[in-house]
Amino acid sequence: MITQNEDYKNIPGWGMDADPENEPTYPMKNYTGDDHSRINYERAEHQPQDVEILMSNERPAMTRVFGTAVPPSGLSGMIRRYAFQHSEDRYRHWIPLILADRVNVFEGLIADIGTGHLPNFIKERGLAMEWKYNRTGLLKKAATAAVIGVVLVAWIRKKK
Amino acid sequence: MNYRGPYRIRTVDKPMPEILHPEDAIIRVTRSCICGSDLHLYHGMVPDTRVGSTFGHEFTGIVEEVGPLVQKLKVGDQVLVPFNVACGKCNFCKQGLFGNCHESNPMATAVGGIFGYSHTAGGYDGGQAEYVRVPYADVGPTVIPAEMDPDDAVLLTDVVPTGYQAAEMGGIKEGDTVIVFGAGPIGIMAARCAWFFGPARVIIIDHIDYRLEFARNYAKCEAYNFKEMADPVVFLKKLTDWYGADVCIDCVGCEAEGNTLQTFSGRVTLMQAGAATAFQWAINSVKKGGIVSVVGVYGPPFNLAPIGNIVNKGITIRANQASVKRLLPKLIDHVLSGRLSPKELITHRVPLAEVADAYRLFSSKLDNCIKTVLIP
Repeated sequence: MITQNEDYKNIPGWGMDADPENEPTYPMKNYTGDDHSRINYERAEHQPQDVEILMSNERPAMTRVFGTAVPPSGLSGMIRRYAFQHSEDRYRHWIPLILADRVNVFEGLIADIGTGHLPNFIKERGLAMEWKYNRTGLLKKAATAAVIGVVLVAWIRKKK
Repeated sequence: MNYRGPYRIRTVDKPMPEILHPEDAIIRVTRSCICGSDLHLYHGMVPDTRVGSTFGHEFTGIVEEVGPLVQKLKVGDQVLVPFNVACGKCNFCKQGLFGNCHESNPMATAVGGIFGYSHTAGGYDGGQAEYVRVPYADVGPTVIPAEMDPDDAVLLTDVVPTGYQAAEMGGIKEGDTVIVFGAGPIGIMAARCAWFFGPARVIIIDHIDYRLEFARNYAKCEAYNFKEMADPVVFLKKLTDWYGADVCIDCVGCEAEGNTLQTFSGRVTLMQAGAATAFQWAINSVKKGGIVSVVGVYGPPFNLAPIGNIVNKGITIRANQASVKRLLPKLIDHVLSGRLSPKELITHRVPLAEVADAYRLFSSKLDNCIKTVLIP
C-alpha cells in the first residue's frame, strides 16, 4: 500500500482505539488485514482465453477464470463493446447493456428462423401452466391485450 | 435450459462443457432448483443477460471429470455446489467473503462470479442442465454427507445460507423483534433461521396468502398480508409498540410490489434498478439505531431509497451475497441434527425438459408453488 504520510503511525493516538471486532461485517468477515496488501495476493493459473470476453474497465487485468457462455456477437455485441468502454458507475455502461439484451432477443429470433426453427412461443412461455392453474387470469390478459390491440388499430386508421 | 428473451426459455442440446482451467471440474447435475432471483433474469431485469445463456445457480451433482490441479474431489463424488464461484485465494475469499471473490468475474467488480446468472455475474453457464463446468473445484463444491437427504443438500447451495446470513447480518440479540419482508423461499428461510439467534418475535410480510400460511407453519412466525394494510409501515410500527423492529430483513429485492411510484419507476420503466419498496419499508419500520439486513437482489445502477431516514435514525445497513462456503459446516450440522429441514420448502418436482412450464409456475405463483426442483 502506498501512503502519503509514511510517518502516520507516529501521529498521537494512532490506532489506540482499534477494535478488530468493531467491524460492520463481523462475524461475516474474518478480518486479516490483507486488504491493505491490495491486489497483491496469490493467484491461480490463467484460464486460456480463446473467445472474446468483455472486461470491466475498473479492473487492471482479467480474472484467472471466467465464463464463456455467450461471447458478444452481432449488433448486440457491438453495443456491449461500447458499454464496456464505460465504468460500472456510468449509465453509459448499464443502459446500453439493457438495450443490447433487447436487440439480442431479435437476433435470437432471426437466428432461429435462419436455422429453420420456428419458436413455439406458447411452449417457451409456459402458458400451459397458466391455462391449467390460472385460466381466468389468462383469458382476462388475452382479452385486455385484444382490446388494446383493437383500440390501437382503430386509432392508427383514424389518424391515417 | 436456454434463455431466449424475457419470459421465453426452452431446452436445447448444447455441447458438453469442457475443462477450461486446470482447477475445473465437470459435474453431472442430479438436482437443480429455480431460485427467486432466477426470475429477475427470466423477466429480463438483469443487464447483460444474453440469449443462449443457461441459468441455474442452485445444484447438486456427481463429479464426472476433474482438471489436473484438482486435489480434493474425485470422479464419482456427490457434491453440492455453492452458487458463488470463488477462488479461495484472494483477500476477500481468505476473509470468508466467498460471495465477493475478486478472481471469478471479469465483467463487473461489484459482484463475484455466480453460476448461470448473466454475464454481469461472470458469464458462466448454470446448473439447469445435464452437465456444468465448475471452476475452482477445490474451493466451492462440498461432498454431500452420506446421511444427508439429496433434497436438503440442493437447498444448502443458496436458499439456506442466504436465509441464514440474512438473519446473521441482522445482528439479532436475545429478545429482539425481527421483521422479514418477503415470504418467498429466502424470506421463509430467513424467518426460520432468525430463531437461531434468540429473538422474541419474528414477523413476516408478503401479499400472497398461501406463502404467508406456509411461513406461519414452517418458520413459526407471525405472518401478515400487506395488501390488507392501509399503510404497512404504520401497521408495523403499531405492531412493535410504536417503536419499530430491532431488525428488518429485505428478502424481496427488485421486483417488489406495494408502492406505485417504486413499481412504475423500477419495474415498468426501468428508470431505477427495480422497485425498492421492501428496502424502503425496512428502513422506515426499523427502530432508531436498528439494523437493516438486505439479501434481496437489486440491479446494478441505483435505487430510490430514503437515505435521509437512514442518517436521521442512525440505521446500520448490512448486506451481501451469501458466503455459502463459510456457512456450510454450521448449516450442515443444523440439517443433520434435525434442527432445520430445508426440503420441506420443495413443493414441485419437474423434469428439466419441462423447464419453461416450471418457470411459469414459479413466476406466476401458481399451484401454491414455493420451491421447484428440476430433475435432469
